[in-house]
Amino acid sequence: MWCCTNTALMATNRTTDMPDFLHFEFMRNALIAALLSSIACGIIGSYVVVRRIGSISGGIAHTAFGGIGLGYYLGVNPLLGVIPFSLIAAIGIGLLTRKAKVAEDTAIGAFWATGMAVGVILIGMTPGYAPNLFSYLFGNILTVPVSDLRLILMLDILIGGLAWLFSKEFLAVSFDEEFSRVSGLRTIALDLLMLCLIALTVVIMVRVVGIVMVIALLTIPAAVAKMFSRTLHGMMALSILLSMLFNFAGLWLSWVFDVASGATVILVAAFVFLVSGAATAMAGRRRH
Amino acid sequence: MSEPVIVCDRLGVTLGGMKVLDSLSITVYRGDYLAVLGPNGGGKTTLLRAILGLEKPSSGTLTVFGGPPGHAPGRVGYVPQRLFFDRDFPISVEEVVLMGRLSRCRLMRRYSRIDREKAGEAIETVGLARLRHKRIGTLSGGELQRALIARALAGDPELLLLDEPTASVDPDMKTTIYDLLDHLKEHHTIVLVTHDTGTVGRSVSRVACLSCTLDMHGPASSLGTSALENIYGHPVDVVLHEHGPYGNKPDDRHA
Repeated sequence: MWCCTNTALMATNRTTDMPDFLHFEFMRNALIAALLSSIACGIIGSYVVVRRIGSISGGIAHTAFGGIGLGYYLGVNPLLGVIPFSLIAAIGIGLLTRKAKVAEDTAIGAFWATGMAVGVILIGMTPGYAPNLFSYLFGNILTVPVSDLRLILMLDILIGGLAWLFSKEFLAVSFDEEFSRVSGLRTIALDLLMLCLIALTVVIMVRVVGIVMVIALLTIPAAVAKMFSRTLHGMMALSILLSMLFNFAGLWLSWVFDVASGATVILVAAFVFLVSGAATAMAGRRRH
Repeated sequence: MSEPVIVCDRLGVTLGGMKVLDSLSITVYRGDYLAVLGPNGGGKTTLLRAILGLEKPSSGTLTVFGGPPGHAPGRVGYVPQRLFFDRDFPISVEEVVLMGRLSRCRLMRRYSRIDREKAGEAIETVGLARLRHKRIGTLSGGELQRALIARALAGDPELLLLDEPTASVDPDMKTTIYDLLDHLKEHHTIVLVTHDTGTVGRSVSRVACLSCTLDMHGPASSLGTSALENIYGHPVDVVLHEHGPYGNKPDDRHA
Protein backbone atom coordinates (compact mmCIF):
# COMPACT_ATOMS: atom_id res chain seq x y z
CA MET A 1 0.00 0.00 0.00
CA TRP A 2 2.84 2.37 0.75
CA CYS A 3 4.23 1.53 -2.66
CA CYS A 4 1.02 2.68 -4.30
CA THR A 5 1.13 6.06 -2.59
CA ASN A 6 4.82 6.46 -3.27
CA THR A 7 4.52 5.64 -6.92
CA ALA A 8 1.49 7.84 -7.41
CA LEU A 9 3.19 10.78 -5.79
CA MET A 10 6.45 10.33 -7.57
CA ALA A 11 4.83 9.93 -10.95
CA THR A 12 4.15 13.66 -10.85
CA ASN A 13 7.83 14.57 -10.83
CA ARG A 14 10.22 11.70 -11.03
CA THR A 15 13.63 13.04 -10.33
CA THR A 16 16.57 12.26 -8.10
CA ASP A 17 17.67 15.84 -7.49
CA MET A 18 17.75 16.76 -3.81
CA PRO A 19 16.25 20.25 -4.22
CA ASP A 20 13.30 18.92 -6.21
CA PHE A 21 12.90 16.24 -3.66
CA LEU A 22 12.24 18.99 -1.11
CA HIS A 23 9.66 20.81 -3.19
CA PHE A 24 6.85 18.60 -2.03
CA GLU A 25 5.09 19.35 1.20
CA PHE A 26 4.87 15.66 2.06
CA MET A 27 8.64 15.45 1.72
CA ARG A 28 9.21 18.42 3.98
CA ASN A 29 6.83 16.90 6.53
CA ALA A 30 8.68 13.62 6.23
CA LEU A 31 11.99 15.35 6.95
CA ILE A 32 10.55 17.21 9.93
CA ALA A 33 9.16 13.93 11.26
CA ALA A 34 12.56 12.32 10.75
CA LEU A 35 14.33 15.14 12.61
CA LEU A 36 11.89 15.18 15.52
CA SER A 37 11.71 11.43 15.93
CA SER A 38 15.49 11.19 15.90
CA ILE A 39 15.70 13.32 19.05
CA ALA A 40 13.54 11.01 21.19
CA CYS A 41 15.06 8.01 19.49
CA GLY A 42 18.65 9.02 20.24
CA ILE A 43 18.02 9.86 23.90
CA ILE A 44 15.82 6.90 24.79
CA GLY A 45 17.65 4.52 22.47
CA SER A 46 20.86 5.20 24.41
CA TYR A 47 19.19 4.04 27.62
CA VAL A 48 17.74 1.01 25.83
CA VAL A 49 21.22 0.02 24.64
CA VAL A 50 23.20 0.60 27.85
CA ARG A 51 20.52 -1.09 29.95
CA ARG A 52 20.08 -3.91 27.43
CA ILE A 53 16.32 -3.65 27.42
CA GLY A 54 15.87 -3.93 23.67
CA SER A 55 13.57 -6.92 24.00
CA ILE A 56 11.31 -5.09 26.47
CA SER A 57 11.14 -2.22 24.00
CA GLY A 58 10.22 -4.64 21.23
CA GLY A 59 7.49 -6.07 23.47
CA ILE A 60 6.09 -2.61 24.17
CA ALA A 61 6.10 -1.77 20.45
CA HIS A 62 4.26 -4.92 19.41
CA THR A 63 1.73 -4.65 22.24
CA ALA A 64 0.95 -1.23 20.77
CA PHE A 65 -0.70 -2.98 17.81
CA GLY A 66 -3.70 -3.40 20.10
CA GLY A 67 -3.85 0.39 20.26
CA ILE A 68 -3.86 0.67 16.48
CA GLY A 69 -6.79 -1.75 16.42
CA LEU A 70 -8.55 0.34 19.05
CA GLY A 71 -8.01 3.49 16.98
CA TYR A 72 -9.57 1.87 13.91
CA TYR A 73 -12.46 0.47 15.94
CA LEU A 74 -13.27 3.81 17.56
CA GLY A 75 -12.63 5.67 14.35
CA VAL A 76 -9.93 7.92 15.83
CA ASN A 77 -6.28 8.50 14.94
CA PRO A 78 -4.62 5.12 15.63
CA LEU A 79 -1.65 6.94 17.22
CA LEU A 80 -3.99 8.02 20.01
CA GLY A 81 -4.82 4.36 20.60
CA VAL A 82 -1.14 3.48 20.68
CA ILE A 83 -0.43 5.82 23.62
CA PRO A 84 -2.48 3.96 26.27
CA PHE A 85 -1.56 0.52 24.95
CA SER A 86 2.19 1.12 24.93
CA LEU A 87 2.05 2.75 28.38
CA ILE A 88 0.07 -0.21 29.78
CA ALA A 89 2.61 -2.58 28.24
CA ALA A 90 5.50 -0.62 29.76
CA ILE A 91 4.01 -0.55 33.24
CA GLY A 92 2.68 -4.10 33.00
CA ILE A 93 5.97 -5.65 31.89
CA GLY A 94 7.85 -3.51 34.41
CA LEU A 95 5.66 -4.50 37.35
CA LEU A 96 5.43 -8.19 36.40
CA THR A 97 9.20 -8.57 36.19
CA ARG A 98 10.15 -6.38 39.14
CA LYS A 99 7.34 -6.94 41.63
CA ALA A 100 5.82 -10.31 40.71
CA LYS A 101 9.22 -11.82 39.77
CA VAL A 102 7.90 -13.16 36.46
CA ALA A 103 10.75 -14.00 34.07
CA GLU A 104 11.31 -11.08 31.75
CA ASP A 105 10.98 -12.96 28.47
CA THR A 106 7.72 -14.54 29.69
CA ALA A 107 6.23 -11.14 30.54
CA ILE A 108 7.37 -9.71 27.20
CA GLY A 109 5.95 -12.65 25.25
CA ALA A 110 2.61 -12.49 27.05
CA PHE A 111 2.16 -8.78 26.43
CA TRP A 112 3.47 -8.93 22.87
CA ALA A 113 1.03 -11.62 21.76
CA THR A 114 -1.92 -10.26 23.76
CA GLY A 115 -1.50 -6.80 22.25
CA MET A 116 -1.32 -8.20 18.74
CA ALA A 117 -4.36 -10.42 19.40
CA VAL A 118 -6.44 -7.48 20.69
CA GLY A 119 -5.42 -5.49 17.60
CA VAL A 120 -6.42 -8.28 15.21
CA ILE A 121 -9.83 -8.75 16.89
CA LEU A 122 -10.58 -5.01 16.98
CA ILE A 123 -9.59 -4.50 13.34
CA GLY A 124 -11.75 -7.50 12.42
CA MET A 125 -14.70 -5.94 14.25
CA THR A 126 -14.24 -2.64 12.42
CA PRO A 127 -16.67 -2.36 9.50
CA GLY A 128 -15.08 -2.16 6.07
CA TYR A 129 -11.37 -2.63 5.55
CA ALA A 130 -8.60 -0.95 7.48
CA PRO A 131 -6.94 1.68 5.31
CA ASN A 132 -3.19 2.23 5.74
CA LEU A 133 -2.85 -0.68 8.14
CA PHE A 134 0.48 -1.53 6.55
CA SER A 135 1.81 1.95 7.21
CA TYR A 136 1.35 1.44 10.95
CA LEU A 137 3.05 -1.94 10.83
CA PHE A 138 5.96 -0.93 8.63
CA GLY A 139 5.87 2.86 8.72
CA ASN A 140 5.23 5.41 6.04
CA ILE A 141 6.91 8.67 6.84
CA LEU A 142 5.74 10.15 3.51
CA THR A 143 2.14 10.30 4.68
CA VAL A 144 2.67 12.02 8.04
CA PRO A 145 -0.07 14.64 8.44
CA VAL A 146 0.70 17.96 10.11
CA SER A 147 -1.46 17.00 13.11
CA ASP A 148 0.82 14.02 13.76
CA LEU A 149 3.85 16.30 13.55
CA ARG A 150 2.38 18.36 16.38
CA LEU A 151 1.81 15.22 18.44
CA ILE A 152 5.37 14.08 17.73
CA LEU A 153 6.73 17.49 18.76
CA MET A 154 4.80 17.46 22.05
CA LEU A 155 5.96 13.94 22.86
CA ASP A 156 9.54 14.94 21.99
CA ILE A 157 9.40 17.83 24.45
CA LEU A 158 7.90 15.60 27.14
CA ILE A 159 10.44 12.80 26.64
CA GLY A 160 13.42 15.14 26.36
CA GLY A 161 12.32 17.18 29.37
CA LEU A 162 11.83 14.19 31.65
CA ALA A 163 15.06 12.58 30.50
CA TRP A 164 16.87 15.85 31.26
CA LEU A 165 15.27 16.22 34.70
CA PHE A 166 16.13 12.65 35.68
CA SER A 167 19.44 12.37 33.87
CA LYS A 168 21.45 11.91 37.08
CA GLU A 169 19.07 9.24 38.38
CA PHE A 170 18.73 7.46 35.02
CA LEU A 171 22.50 7.29 34.63
CA ALA A 172 22.82 5.86 38.16
CA VAL A 173 20.18 3.14 37.78
CA SER A 174 21.50 2.25 34.33
CA PHE A 175 25.05 1.80 35.56
CA ASP A 176 24.48 0.27 39.01
CA GLU A 177 20.90 -0.40 40.03
CA GLU A 178 21.78 -1.90 43.41
CA PHE A 179 23.98 1.00 44.46
CA SER A 180 21.24 3.42 43.44
CA ARG A 181 18.77 1.55 45.63
CA VAL A 182 21.20 1.57 48.55
CA SER A 183 21.58 5.34 48.02
CA GLY A 184 17.88 5.78 48.62
CA LEU A 185 16.64 6.08 45.03
CA ARG A 186 13.28 4.53 44.26
CA THR A 187 14.66 2.40 41.51
CA ILE A 188 11.43 0.60 40.59
CA ALA A 189 9.63 3.91 40.10
CA LEU A 190 12.54 5.19 38.00
CA ASP A 191 12.52 1.98 35.95
CA LEU A 192 8.81 2.34 35.28
CA LEU A 193 9.29 5.96 34.27
CA MET A 194 12.02 4.97 31.85
CA LEU A 195 9.83 2.22 30.37
CA CYS A 196 7.02 4.77 29.95
CA LEU A 197 9.39 7.07 28.07
CA ILE A 198 10.25 4.12 25.82
CA ALA A 199 6.51 3.62 25.28
CA LEU A 200 6.07 7.25 24.22
CA THR A 201 9.07 6.98 21.91
CA VAL A 202 7.38 3.98 20.30
CA VAL A 203 4.34 6.21 19.60
CA ILE A 204 6.61 8.64 17.76
CA MET A 205 8.40 5.91 15.82
CA VAL A 206 5.24 4.17 14.61
CA ARG A 207 4.85 6.85 11.92
CA VAL A 208 8.43 6.59 10.80
CA VAL A 209 9.26 2.89 10.68
CA GLY A 210 6.12 1.16 12.02
CA ILE A 211 5.72 -0.94 15.13
CA VAL A 212 7.48 -3.98 13.69
CA MET A 213 10.73 -2.11 13.02
CA VAL A 214 10.75 0.38 15.91
CA ILE A 215 13.23 -1.73 17.76
CA ALA A 216 15.89 -1.30 15.06
CA LEU A 217 15.86 2.50 15.24
CA LEU A 218 15.81 2.39 19.03
CA THR A 219 18.92 0.26 19.18
CA ILE A 220 21.10 0.64 16.07
CA PRO A 221 21.97 4.39 16.20
CA ALA A 222 22.72 4.12 19.93
CA ALA A 223 24.73 0.94 19.48
CA VAL A 224 26.89 2.59 16.81
CA ALA A 225 27.22 5.74 18.95
CA LYS A 226 28.31 3.66 21.95
CA MET A 227 31.38 2.45 20.08
CA PHE A 228 32.63 6.05 19.83
CA SER A 229 31.42 7.67 23.07
CA ARG A 230 32.97 8.19 26.46
CA THR A 231 29.93 9.63 28.22
CA LEU A 232 26.23 8.85 28.05
CA HIS A 233 25.42 12.40 26.98
CA GLY A 234 27.93 12.18 24.16
CA MET A 235 26.40 8.88 23.15
CA MET A 236 22.94 10.45 23.07
CA ALA A 237 24.08 13.39 20.93
CA LEU A 238 25.85 11.09 18.50
CA SER A 239 22.94 8.69 18.25
CA ILE A 240 20.55 11.59 17.54
CA LEU A 241 22.84 12.65 14.68
CA LEU A 242 23.16 9.10 13.39
CA SER A 243 19.43 8.57 13.58
CA MET A 244 18.87 11.72 11.52
CA LEU A 245 21.47 10.59 9.05
CA PHE A 246 19.91 7.13 8.67
CA ASN A 247 16.49 8.70 8.21
CA PHE A 248 17.66 11.16 5.54
CA ALA A 249 19.72 8.60 3.68
CA GLY A 250 16.93 6.05 3.87
CA LEU A 251 14.34 8.53 2.73
CA TRP A 252 16.45 9.66 -0.19
CA LEU A 253 17.30 6.10 -1.26
CA SER A 254 13.67 5.07 -1.02
CA TRP A 255 12.82 7.98 -3.30
CA VAL A 256 15.53 7.10 -5.79
CA PHE A 257 14.72 3.40 -5.93
CA ASP A 258 11.00 3.76 -5.30
CA VAL A 259 10.90 1.34 -2.39
CA ALA A 260 9.36 1.43 1.10
CA SER A 261 10.86 4.28 3.15
CA GLY A 262 10.74 2.71 6.64
CA ALA A 263 12.42 -0.49 5.50
CA THR A 264 15.08 1.47 3.62
CA VAL A 265 15.89 3.53 6.72
CA ILE A 266 16.34 0.28 8.66
CA LEU A 267 18.59 -1.22 5.99
CA VAL A 268 20.78 1.89 5.91
CA ALA A 269 21.09 1.75 9.70
CA ALA A 270 21.87 -1.98 9.64
CA PHE A 271 24.53 -1.44 6.98
CA VAL A 272 26.30 1.27 9.00
CA PHE A 273 26.03 -0.87 12.12
CA LEU A 274 27.63 -3.80 10.34
CA VAL A 275 30.46 -1.69 8.91
CA SER A 276 31.26 0.10 12.17
CA GLY A 277 31.04 -3.18 14.11
CA ALA A 278 33.48 -4.80 11.70
CA ALA A 279 35.78 -1.76 11.82
CA THR A 280 35.79 -1.80 15.64
CA ALA A 281 36.49 -5.53 15.69
CA MET A 282 39.42 -5.10 13.30
CA ALA A 283 40.80 -2.13 15.23
CA GLY A 284 40.54 -4.22 18.41
CA ARG A 285 42.45 -7.08 16.83
CA ARG A 286 45.21 -4.77 15.64
CA ARG A 287 45.60 -3.34 19.13
CA HIS A 288 46.10 -6.78 20.73
CA MET B 1 31.80 1.45 75.27
CA SER B 2 31.12 3.74 72.32
CA GLU B 3 27.85 4.06 70.47
CA PRO B 4 26.60 0.94 68.67
CA VAL B 5 26.29 1.40 64.90
CA ILE B 6 25.03 -2.02 63.81
CA VAL B 7 23.12 -4.27 66.19
CA CYS B 8 22.20 -7.79 65.05
CA ASP B 9 20.15 -9.76 67.53
CA ARG B 10 19.50 -13.40 66.63
CA LEU B 11 19.30 -12.30 63.00
CA GLY B 12 18.08 -14.85 60.49
CA VAL B 13 17.85 -14.37 56.71
CA THR B 14 16.20 -16.85 54.36
CA LEU B 15 16.85 -16.65 50.62
CA GLY B 16 14.75 -18.80 48.29
CA GLY B 17 13.75 -21.10 51.15
CA MET B 18 17.38 -21.57 52.28
CA LYS B 19 18.49 -20.32 55.65
CA VAL B 20 21.57 -18.31 54.79
CA LEU B 21 21.97 -16.61 58.14
CA ASP B 22 20.66 -18.12 61.33
CA SER B 23 20.51 -16.66 64.78
CA LEU B 24 23.41 -14.29 64.34
CA SER B 25 24.14 -11.77 67.05
CA ILE B 26 26.84 -9.17 66.80
CA THR B 27 27.24 -5.50 67.64
CA VAL B 28 29.49 -3.14 65.72
CA TYR B 29 30.50 0.00 67.60
CA ARG B 30 31.55 3.39 66.29
CA GLY B 31 35.21 3.29 65.31
CA ASP B 32 35.31 -0.46 64.90
CA TYR B 33 37.24 -1.99 62.04
CA LEU B 34 35.60 -5.37 61.79
CA ALA B 35 36.64 -8.09 59.37
CA VAL B 36 34.01 -10.75 58.78
CA LEU B 37 35.72 -13.91 57.62
CA GLY B 38 34.23 -17.12 56.40
CA PRO B 39 34.10 -19.55 53.51
CA ASN B 40 32.44 -18.72 50.21
CA GLY B 41 28.70 -19.11 50.59
CA GLY B 42 28.98 -18.60 54.32
CA GLY B 43 26.47 -15.76 54.29
CA LYS B 44 28.93 -12.87 54.46
CA THR B 45 27.52 -11.03 51.49
CA THR B 46 24.00 -11.71 52.74
CA LEU B 47 24.92 -10.14 56.07
CA LEU B 48 26.12 -7.00 54.27
CA ARG B 49 23.02 -6.93 52.09
CA ALA B 50 20.83 -7.23 55.18
CA ILE B 51 22.69 -4.31 56.79
CA LEU B 52 22.09 -2.29 53.60
CA GLY B 53 18.39 -3.15 53.62
CA LEU B 54 18.63 -5.16 50.39
CA GLU B 55 17.54 -8.37 52.15
CA LYS B 56 14.83 -8.53 54.79
CA PRO B 57 15.48 -10.38 58.05
CA SER B 58 13.27 -13.46 58.39
CA SER B 59 13.82 -13.61 62.14
CA GLY B 60 15.52 -11.63 64.88
CA THR B 61 16.22 -7.92 64.67
CA LEU B 62 18.77 -5.75 62.89
CA THR B 63 19.23 -2.04 63.44
CA VAL B 64 21.66 0.33 61.73
CA PHE B 65 22.22 3.73 63.35
CA GLY B 66 19.32 2.93 65.65
CA GLY B 67 16.78 2.44 62.85
CA PRO B 68 15.77 -0.14 60.27
CA PRO B 69 18.41 -0.95 57.63
CA GLY B 70 18.29 1.45 54.70
CA HIS B 71 16.74 4.33 56.69
CA ALA B 72 19.91 6.43 56.63
CA PRO B 73 21.47 5.95 53.18
CA GLY B 74 23.71 9.02 53.53
CA ARG B 75 25.48 7.58 56.56
CA VAL B 76 26.41 4.29 54.91
CA GLY B 77 29.01 3.87 52.16
CA TYR B 78 28.83 0.63 50.23
CA VAL B 79 31.60 -0.94 48.17
CA PRO B 80 30.08 -3.89 46.33
CA GLN B 81 31.93 -7.05 45.49
CA ARG B 82 33.48 -6.67 42.07
CA LEU B 83 30.92 -4.79 40.10
CA PHE B 84 29.57 -6.74 37.16
CA PHE B 85 29.05 -4.17 34.48
CA ASP B 86 29.44 -3.62 30.82
CA ARG B 87 33.10 -2.67 30.25
CA ASP B 88 31.98 -0.46 27.37
CA PHE B 89 29.49 1.52 29.45
CA PRO B 90 30.05 5.17 28.51
CA ILE B 91 30.73 6.60 31.97
CA SER B 92 33.86 8.22 33.37
CA VAL B 93 35.55 7.46 36.68
CA GLU B 94 34.43 10.86 37.95
CA GLU B 95 30.79 10.21 37.02
CA VAL B 96 30.89 6.87 38.83
CA VAL B 97 32.34 8.51 41.93
CA LEU B 98 29.67 11.24 41.76
CA MET B 99 27.08 8.50 42.21
CA GLY B 100 28.28 8.40 45.79
CA ARG B 101 26.60 11.79 46.21
CA LEU B 102 23.17 10.43 45.20
CA SER B 103 22.13 10.01 48.81
CA ARG B 104 23.07 13.65 49.50
CA CYS B 105 21.65 15.22 46.36
CA ARG B 106 17.99 15.85 45.74
CA LEU B 107 15.95 14.13 43.07
CA MET B 108 15.94 15.85 39.66
CA ARG B 109 18.78 18.22 40.66
CA ARG B 110 22.14 18.42 38.94
CA TYR B 111 25.17 17.55 41.04
CA SER B 112 26.30 20.76 42.75
CA ARG B 113 29.78 22.25 42.98
CA ILE B 114 30.06 20.79 46.49
CA ASP B 115 29.14 17.36 45.15
CA ARG B 116 31.89 17.69 42.55
CA GLU B 117 34.41 18.85 45.14
CA LYS B 118 33.59 15.93 47.43
CA ALA B 119 33.92 13.51 44.53
CA GLY B 120 37.24 15.12 43.60
CA GLU B 121 38.53 14.73 47.18
CA ALA B 122 37.47 11.10 47.26
CA ILE B 123 39.29 10.48 43.97
CA GLU B 124 42.42 12.12 45.44
CA THR B 125 42.14 9.99 48.60
CA VAL B 126 42.23 6.74 46.65
CA GLY B 127 44.94 8.06 44.33
CA LEU B 128 43.07 8.04 41.04
CA ALA B 129 43.32 11.76 40.20
CA ARG B 130 45.24 10.93 37.05
CA LEU B 131 42.46 8.66 35.78
CA ARG B 132 39.38 10.70 36.69
CA HIS B 133 38.30 11.37 33.11
CA LYS B 134 39.00 7.84 31.88
CA ARG B 135 36.14 5.57 30.96
CA ILE B 136 35.47 3.23 33.90
CA GLY B 137 35.87 0.12 31.75
CA THR B 138 39.50 0.95 31.00
CA LEU B 139 40.59 0.62 34.65
CA SER B 140 42.42 -2.42 35.99
CA GLY B 141 40.87 -4.54 38.75
CA GLY B 142 42.69 -2.67 41.52
CA GLU B 143 41.95 0.75 40.07
CA LEU B 144 38.28 -0.16 39.69
CA GLN B 145 38.16 -1.30 43.30
CA ARG B 146 39.67 2.02 44.41
CA ALA B 147 37.17 3.91 42.25
CA LEU B 148 34.35 2.04 44.00
CA ILE B 149 35.86 2.93 47.39
CA ALA B 150 36.04 6.57 46.25
CA ARG B 151 32.37 6.38 45.26
CA ALA B 152 31.48 5.15 48.75
CA LEU B 153 33.63 7.88 50.35
CA ALA B 154 32.17 10.69 48.24
CA GLY B 155 28.93 10.58 50.22
CA ASP B 156 30.76 11.33 53.52
CA PRO B 157 29.56 8.13 55.18
CA GLU B 158 30.19 7.22 58.81
CA LEU B 159 29.98 3.50 58.16
CA LEU B 160 31.84 1.82 55.30
CA LEU B 161 30.73 -1.63 54.17
CA LEU B 162 33.10 -3.47 51.86
CA ASP B 163 32.38 -6.78 50.17
CA GLU B 164 35.54 -8.68 49.19
CA PRO B 165 37.49 -5.53 48.34
CA THR B 166 40.53 -7.53 47.29
CA ALA B 167 38.89 -10.19 45.15
CA SER B 168 40.34 -10.06 41.63
CA VAL B 169 43.12 -7.69 42.68
CA ASP B 170 46.80 -8.53 42.37
CA PRO B 171 48.87 -8.90 45.57
CA ASP B 172 50.62 -5.51 45.40
CA MET B 173 47.31 -3.78 44.97
CA LYS B 174 45.85 -5.71 47.92
CA THR B 175 48.42 -4.09 50.16
CA THR B 176 47.58 -0.69 48.72
CA ILE B 177 43.89 -1.22 49.41
CA TYR B 178 44.51 -2.38 52.99
CA ASP B 179 46.83 0.58 53.58
CA LEU B 180 44.03 2.80 52.31
CA LEU B 181 41.57 1.18 54.72
CA ASP B 182 44.05 1.59 57.58
CA HIS B 183 44.06 5.28 56.78
CA LEU B 184 40.26 5.45 56.51
CA LYS B 185 39.62 3.71 59.83
CA GLU B 186 40.65 6.93 61.62
CA HIS B 187 37.35 8.52 60.64
CA HIS B 188 35.09 5.64 59.66
CA THR B 189 33.53 2.59 61.15
CA ILE B 190 34.46 -0.19 58.75
CA VAL B 191 32.93 -3.60 58.19
CA LEU B 192 34.88 -5.67 55.70
CA VAL B 193 33.81 -9.04 54.39
CA THR B 194 36.33 -11.44 52.90
CA HIS B 195 37.10 -15.13 52.47
CA ASP B 196 40.75 -14.26 52.07
CA THR B 197 42.05 -14.99 55.58
CA GLY B 198 45.67 -14.40 54.64
CA THR B 199 45.59 -10.75 53.71
CA VAL B 200 43.34 -8.93 56.14
CA GLY B 201 45.33 -6.01 57.42
CA ARG B 202 46.91 -6.33 60.82
CA SER B 203 45.11 -3.25 61.94
CA VAL B 204 41.57 -4.62 62.03
CA SER B 205 40.18 -4.17 65.49
CA ARG B 206 37.98 -7.26 65.51
CA VAL B 207 37.46 -10.36 63.43
CA ALA B 208 34.18 -12.22 63.20
CA CYS B 209 34.00 -15.63 61.64
CA LEU B 210 30.85 -16.50 59.84
CA SER B 211 30.14 -20.08 58.85
CA CYS B 212 26.59 -20.93 58.16
CA THR B 213 26.67 -23.31 55.25
CA LEU B 214 25.63 -26.88 54.84
CA ASP B 215 28.88 -27.83 53.15
CA MET B 216 30.89 -26.77 56.19
CA HIS B 217 32.28 -30.09 57.35
CA GLY B 218 33.35 -30.95 60.83
CA PRO B 219 32.92 -28.78 63.85
CA ALA B 220 33.09 -25.15 62.92
CA SER B 221 34.97 -24.51 66.13
CA SER B 222 38.09 -25.76 64.33
CA LEU B 223 38.33 -22.18 63.18
CA GLY B 224 38.72 -21.37 66.82
CA THR B 225 39.52 -18.19 68.61
CA SER B 226 43.07 -19.16 69.38
CA ALA B 227 43.81 -20.16 65.79
CA LEU B 228 42.56 -16.84 64.51
CA GLU B 229 44.39 -14.97 67.23
CA ASN B 230 47.52 -16.71 66.04
CA ILE B 231 46.83 -15.54 62.52
CA TYR B 232 45.94 -11.99 63.36
CA GLY B 233 47.97 -11.47 66.50
CA HIS B 234 45.21 -9.75 68.42
CA PRO B 235 41.91 -10.58 70.10
CA VAL B 236 39.29 -12.11 67.90
CA ASP B 237 35.53 -12.47 68.17
CA VAL B 238 34.13 -15.67 66.81
CA VAL B 239 30.56 -15.69 65.63
CA LEU B 240 29.44 -19.26 65.16
CA HIS B 241 26.08 -20.55 64.22
CA GLU B 242 25.20 -23.85 62.70
CA HIS B 243 21.98 -25.32 61.50
CA GLY B 244 20.47 -27.90 59.18
CA PRO B 245 21.51 -31.54 59.27
CA TYR B 246 24.11 -30.84 61.94
CA GLY B 247 21.29 -29.82 64.21
CA ASN B 248 23.47 -27.81 66.57
CA LYS B 249 22.12 -25.02 68.67
CA PRO B 250 23.55 -21.61 67.90
CA ASP B 251 26.80 -21.21 69.70
CA ASP B 252 26.90 -18.37 72.13
CA ARG B 253 30.59 -17.85 72.42
CA HIS B 254 30.67 -14.73 70.33
CA ALA B 255 31.07 -11.36 71.93
